[in-house]
Amino acid sequence: MSRLESVTTSKGPMGMDLAQAMPRSIRARLATTLTGFGLVAIATCLLAPLVGSAPISLARVFDRSIPFAENVDAQIFFVARMPRVFAGALTGAALAAAGVVFQALLRNALATPFTLGVSAGASLGAMLAIVFGATVTLGPLSAVPLASLAGAAIAAGIVYRLATMQDRAMSTTVLLLAGVTLNSFFSALILFVQYIADFAQVYRATRWIMGDLDVGSFQPIVAALPMTGVAFVLFALLPSSLNLLSVGADAAAARGVDVARAQRLAFISASLATAAAVSLAGPIGFIGIVVPHLVRLIVGVDHRIVLPASALFGAAFLVACDLAARTLLAPLEIPVGVVTAMLGGPFFLWLLVRRG
Amino acid sequence: MLRASELFYRYSSRHDTSRVFSLDNVSVDVERGSLMGLLGPNGCGKTTLLRLLSGVLPAHRGAVALNDVPLRGQSRRQIAKQIAVVPQETHPAFDYTVLEMVLMGRHPHLGVLELEGPADLALAREALVATSTEHLASRAYMTLSGGEKQRVVIASALTQTPEVLLLDEPTASLDLGYQLEVATLLTRLNRDRGVTMVLATHDLNLAAALCDRLVLMRDGRVLAQGPTRDVLTAPMIQRLYDVDADVRFHAAAGHVTVTPLRRIQ
Repeated sequence: MSRLESVTTSKGPMGMDLAQAMPRSIRARLATTLTGFGLVAIATCLLAPLVGSAPISLARVFDRSIPFAENVDAQIFFVARMPRVFAGALTGAALAAAGVVFQALLRNALATPFTLGVSAGASLGAMLAIVFGATVTLGPLSAVPLASLAGAAIAAGIVYRLATMQDRAMSTTVLLLAGVTLNSFFSALILFVQYIADFAQVYRATRWIMGDLDVGSFQPIVAALPMTGVAFVLFALLPSSLNLLSVGADAAAARGVDVARAQRLAFISASLATAAAVSLAGPIGFIGIVVPHLVRLIVGVDHRIVLPASALFGAAFLVACDLAARTLLAPLEIPVGVVTAMLGGPFFLWLLVRRG
Repeated sequence: MLRASELFYRYSSRHDTSRVFSLDNVSVDVERGSLMGLLGPNGCGKTTLLRLLSGVLPAHRGAVALNDVPLRGQSRRQIAKQIAVVPQETHPAFDYTVLEMVLMGRHPHLGVLELEGPADLALAREALVATSTEHLASRAYMTLSGGEKQRVVIASALTQTPEVLLLDEPTASLDLGYQLEVATLLTRLNRDRGVTMVLATHDLNLAAALCDRLVLMRDGRVLAQGPTRDVLTAPMIQRLYDVDADVRFHAAAGHVTVTPLRRIQ
């Protein structure tokens, strides 16, 4: 037993603040938060498929006496809306959680899943697949998601290699600078590819870049699940290390964190989640910054609470944004990336002003 | 006992191919329960030595051992259960509360998915009381004054329940009042709780007031080490800093005080 533990607990006066701060243990806060955000996520996902430009009857949807081929309500519910809701929930959860992890890793509250160029790499990959009409597939992955995953992997690989060249531990400064540079570089390549492509290809590619959850079936979701699953398993190992990494690398090491390993896990898991989300729905912006900050405003900054809460709220938030995207100007549909940007842009600026 | 034996360390970069060691054959013994000061000019290797003693940096040659068990080969968690570090300044990227900052000290004692329980909270409370910061528990760390922040970081280190506390210029950015506050706290923790401490500082009077032994370092080497009264002398200060100083016993303070007089060119 160490010395401090062997000392009898001090009988000093317990201040009011201490009395207020102590009883709400992390366990109680985590349980309350997960229940609250979980209910919000479930409610949003249940409500979203029922609402849309075409009204449907839930009774008809589940009426087995009507053959599926003739049951328009069931087709709308199960084919058009449910995959969209699942895609939104998966993408929102992945991008929001990746945002939390990147912000802690980079010690920068304004970092997003797209800061390090993973998304730009994915977009370039998708753009090339669209423009050159690639037809390669791998299991359930079709050419565009496959190419976007490859682009994301190349971008992440370059940034990772640059950030670990000098030392076993990552240089977060190099990580950030390399990511920002790579973002610009890939964006320039995307413009070049757009320049040489024909109008139809450019339109398709531009629509992809706006972000779209209309995945059409469950197959692309199933294809994105393994990567997202691995990312979330890794996320589960990270939160207390993220708390310490966000205090500083030396502080983390002195508190028992294997900094190089924790940074590697954080980078790989957040890149995997980002790549999976972007390959599924395109680069939907602002989720990764708006959601973590809203969650922090509600539950504080402890990553053991912020990370799972952001994943749940990210799922609810993107599903709700997509609901707005397909109903606000119905029958016209707004790309969901435009809706998140409309909400996220002003929020980001408000955040900057507030921090300033 | 914390023992550093014949430590060599050289910072390497592709642009610096010099063979000069940042630490060159440094051996230091820190007795259990003692408060040892590390003195020396900027760049002499004090922080590097502290980082080697905490196991954050692995030495290129030599070894660090706590109670005869080498740090090399132990996991970061194992080391952090025994040795805690208080840096000069701590700037978290997010707005943690004081209690959250203090509870982070329990990290090495918890499993990967384990959350702190009542026993951990009790230790955090004890550390807050010991550092007189219990009234700040629910305040945001970033809103605190420099002295309060440093006391909270010390509380966090105490929550690690370490045998050894390594402090890197803990009063460097504090005004006189806060310097005294932190110095009193360190003395109390060392005397009442028997926490072994190594304190790197530029403040010779702080070292004279607190430390029972001193290690003087220059150019990555140990110039002298021994009891404070034997080592903190005018000739030694001249060799250490190239400064003429007046060193005399101050009856009211109860220790020697150092007044720098002039720089020797």
